[in-house]
Amino acid sequence: MRKPKISTVVDHAVLIAGSLFMILPLLMLLQMTTIPDTELIRTGPSLTIGDQFDDNFNKAMFEASGFSGENTGLSMLKNSFILGIGFALGKIVIGMLAAYAIVYFRLRFATFAFWLIFTTLLLPLEVRILPSYEVVQWLGMLNTYQGLIIPLIASATATFFFRQFFRSVPEELVEAARIDGAGPVKFFIDILVPLSQTMIAAMFIIMFVYGWNQYLWPTIITTDEDMYTLVRGIKQIVQVLEGAVVPEFGRSNVLALVAVIPPVLVVVFFQSWFVKGLTESDK
Amino acid sequence: MKRSGFTSVSLPVMLLLPQLVIIAVFFYWPTVVALQSSFYLQDPFGFGSTFVGLQNYVDLFSSREYRKIAGFTVIFSALVTFFSLGIALVLAVKADKVLRGAKTYRTLLMWVYAVAPPVAGFIAVIMFNQSWGPLTQFFGLFGYDYKVGVNYNDTAFSMVLASVWKQVPVNFIFFLSGLQSIPRSVREAALIDNRSASGRFWDVTFPLLAPTGFFLLIINITYSLFDTFGIVDTVVKGEPGNNPMTLVYKVYVDGFRGNDLGGSSAQSVILMVLVLALTVFQFRLIERRIHYT
Amino acid sequence: MKQVQLNNIRKTYPNGFEALHPTSFDIAQGEFCVLVGPSGCGKSTLLRMVAGLEDITSGELQIAERVVNDVDPADRDIAMVFQNYALYPHMTVRKNIGYGLKNRGISKEDIAAKVDEATAMLNLGDYLDRKPSQLSGGQRQRVAMGRAIVRDPALFLFDEPLSNLDAKLRNQMRIEIKALQRRLGVTSIYVTHDQVEAMTMADRIIVMNAGRIEQIGTPAEVYHNPASTFVASFMGAPPMNLLSATVVDGAVKLVDQVICKTQSQGRVTAGIRPEAFTLDANGPLAMEVQIVEELGAHRLLHGTMNGETVTVLVDNDVMAQTGPQRLSVKPDAVCLFNVTDGQRL
Repeated sequence: MRKPKISTVVDHAVLIAGSLFMILPLLMLLQMTTIPDTELIRTGPSLTIGDQFDDNFNKAMFEASGFSGENTGLSMLKNSFILGIGFALGKIVIGMLAAYAIVYFRLRFATFAFWLIFTTLLLPLEVRILPSYEVVQWLGMLNTYQGLIIPLIASATATFFFRQFFRSVPEELVEAARIDGAGPVKFFIDILVPLSQTMIAAMFIIMFVYGWNQYLWPTIITTDEDMYTLVRGIKQIVQVLEGAVVPEFGRSNVLALVAVIPPVLVVVFFQSWFVKGLTESDK
Repeated sequence: MKRSGFTSVSLPVMLLLPQLVIIAVFFYWPTVVALQSSFYLQDPFGFGSTFVGLQNYVDLFSSREYRKIAGFTVIFSALVTFFSLGIALVLAVKADKVLRGAKTYRTLLMWVYAVAPPVAGFIAVIMFNQSWGPLTQFFGLFGYDYKVGVNYNDTAFSMVLASVWKQVPVNFIFFLSGLQSIPRSVREAALIDNRSASGRFWDVTFPLLAPTGFFLLIINITYSLFDTFGIVDTVVKGEPGNNPMTLVYKVYVDGFRGNDLGGSSAQSVILMVLVLALTVFQFRLIERRIHYT
Repeated sequence: MKQVQLNNIRKTYPNGFEALHPTSFDIAQGEFCVLVGPSGCGKSTLLRMVAGLEDITSGELQIAERVVNDVDPADRDIAMVFQNYALYPHMTVRKNIGYGLKNRGISKEDIAAKVDEATAMLNLGDYLDRKPSQLSGGQRQRVAMGRAIVRDPALFLFDEPLSNLDAKLRNQMRIEIKALQRRLGVTSIYVTHDQVEAMTMADRIIVMNAGRIEQIGTPAEVYHNPASTFVASFMGAPPMNLLSATVVDGAVKLVDQVICKTQSQGRVTAGIRPEAFTLDANGPLAMEVQIVEELGAHRLLHGTMNGETVTVLVDNDVMAQTGPQRLSVKPDAVCLFNVTDGQRL
C-alpha cells in the first residue's frame, strides 16, 4: 500500500487544530473547577487537575448564588429544562397544527394567514424587545413560565419547516385516506404525524437548544431569582465574580458547564437528526 | 395547497388560531407599538409623551455616539462573518476529504453550536482575565498589555474571537452538507479533467458551494447583528461604559437602563428596516440556489 | 498494440470483502470491449480501477504499455462517460466540453476548434450556451460524450451511460455510440448490465459474475458457446433453457429421450436455446404449453417439460396453441454443463 501522502497529513493537522480551537476552552473551564479558588487567582488555569470538583459542584448546585437565597444551581437547571422542553413542544405543536391547516385545507383566507405568519420571520425579537416587555407586563405574565415561553413562540420557523415537509408528502396519500374514510383529524393523527416523526425529532432538538440558550428575553422577563435559568444565571455569575475579593471561579464554572452540557449532549447524541433539521429548515 | 384538500372550515380555523393569536399578541402588537413610540418623546417623569415626528431619528443620526456604535457594528459583523465563514470552509473541505476519523472530527467541530452566547462571552472573560488569563499571558509574551474592558480595541477583539468561536460550527455544518450534496460523479469527472487539487476546488467545488455560501452570508450577518447580544453583554460585564457595543445592545441599554423609550424604539425601527432588507435579499438568493438543479 | 493490460488485478475492501478476484485480460487497440454482468459482479469496480477512481489492491495495470497503478486519473490519458453524465452544473455546454482541455495547456483557439468539431459530430450546435439543467437526458448524454471525444485519449471508459434514458432513446444512442467509436477508432471499455447492449455493441464481451470473469469472447461465441450456465442464462433474451438430463451409455437422455451424444457420465444440465426447438408432431420431446406470447415477428411458447419450465421460440407463420406439443432438437444445438459447478462440458 502507498505510504500516507503529505496532503493527508496536512488535512489531519488542520482538522486537529480546529478541533483543539473548539474544545480547549471547555477543558479549561473544567480544569478550573478542580482547583481551589485561592490558588486559581494566582496561577490561572493550568494543566494540573485538583480535587475540588465535588466541593464546587455541591456549592454550585445546592447553594444559592444570589441575594434571595432562591436560585441554586438545581433550581436554575429545572427552569432551563422547563424552558427548553416547553418551548420546543409549544413550537412543534402550534407549528404543525398551523402548517396542517394551511397545506391540507381549502381555505379562502389561507394565503392571507400564510403571509401573516410569514412576516414574523422578518423581525427577530431583539428589534421589538421593549414593547414586548411592556405587553407581557401588561398581561401580568412577568416572572412566569408562560411569560418566558409563549412570546418566544411568536415566530414562524417551525410552521415553515412543517409546511415545507407537508408539501413534499405525496398527494396520493390524502386521496387514499379519503377513500378509506379517514377524515382530517384521523388523517393527521394516523398518517401524517407518524410520517413526520424524523422531522419532529429534528425540530425538537433544534428548538430545545434554542430555548435552553435564551438569554436576552429571560434577562428582561425574570427578576425573581427562583425563575432564573442557567443561561440567564450567567449574567448574575459575571456580576458576582466582578465584585468578589476571591472570585468563586470553581463554582461559577461548574454552573457554566451545567449550562452547556445538556444541549451539547442532545446535539452530539442525536447528531444526524440535528444536522438534518438544521440543513432542511432553511426556507 | 394540496389539490385534494379537506373542505372543512371550522377545523383549520381552530388549528390556526393558537398561532395567529400568539403572533398577534406577541409580535404584531409590540411591533406596532415600537413603530408608534419611535415618533414620540417620552417624558422622563412618566407624564405622557409628545409627538415629535422624525425627531428621534434625526437625533440618532446626528449623534456621534450612535454613529460610532453603528460603525463598530458594521466592522464587527464584517470581521465575524469573514472569519467564521473562512475558518469553517477550510475545516469543511478537510473534513469532507479525510477518510479516517471523519465522524469524530465532525462531532468535535460542531458541538459548540449548543453553547449559549453568554457562556462564550464568559469564556472570553476568563481567557482574557487581567492577571492570569491564558490569552492575556499569551499577548504578554509579545510585550502587549491586554486590557479587556478598558482598552476599546482589546475588548472588541475578545468579542470578535468569542463570536467567531461560537459561529464556526454552524457554518461548518452547512458547508459540509453542501459539499456532500455535490454529486460524487461530478467530482470524479473533475478528477479526470484536472490534475491540480486546487484547480478542481476553485473551478468546480467552490462555484457549486456558492449558493450555500451566499445563504450563510446572510445568516452570519444576522447572527453578528443580533445573536451576539449575549457575548457583548458578558464581555462588558453588564457595564457598557465606553466599551464597544453593537446596535442591538444599544437598543437594550437605552430602553431598559436609560428609559429612553422613544430613542430606543427609533433604533429598533432602524434595525427592523435593516433586517427586512437582509431577509428580502436572502429570499432572492434562495431562488438562485434552485438554478443549478 | 495491447492498449490495456490487466495482470492479476484484485480489489479487496478494508472489511475483507473481495469485490474482484485476481483478473487478467488484454484489450487490443481500437477494440470495443464490453463488461457485462448483474449488479454487484464487479464490472464497475474494475472500470473505476482502470480510471484511477478506486485503488488497486494488488496486480498491475498498464495503459498504452505504461504501468499506471499509482498514476492520477488526470494523467492516465483516459476519458470517461458516467451513468448520470456528471456534467458541471454551473458551466455552459461549451465550457463543460472544453474544461478538460483547458487544464492541459491547450491554446484557446485549439480548444475552440476541437469543441466545434465534437459539437458538429454530436449535433450540439444549438445548445452550446445552455447549462445542463436546461437540457434533456439525451442531450446531456451527448455533452458527456463530447467532453470525452474532445480529449482524444488513449482509452474511452463508459459506465452504463444509457441506463438513465428511455427505451427508444437507448436504442438510438446505442447505434450512435458504436458508430462514433468506429469512426474515431479509440479503444473503449463499456460497462453495462444490459446484455442486449453488450451483444450489439461489443467487439468482445467479458461476462462477469460475483467478482470473476465467466467468459471472454465475441458476441457470437458467447451466445453459441457459453462457457457456463451463468453465461448461458444471462446472455440472450429469452434466456437459454437449462434442463436436467442423464447420460446412459454415452447418450444424453432428456426424459428418457436421447437428444445427443457425449463423453461425460452421470447427470448433466442440457442447455437448449428457445429457437433451437422445432415444433414436430413426431418429435421425441413432450411439452405442455401454458401461455403463448405474441411478439409480432415471433411467438414465444411458455410451458413445462417433465416439471421443468421451458420456453420455445417460433416464427410467426408457425401455428401454436396451448396444450400438449411435441418438439425435436438438433444434437449440435445442445450445450452440456456440469450439474454441480455449471461449467461447460
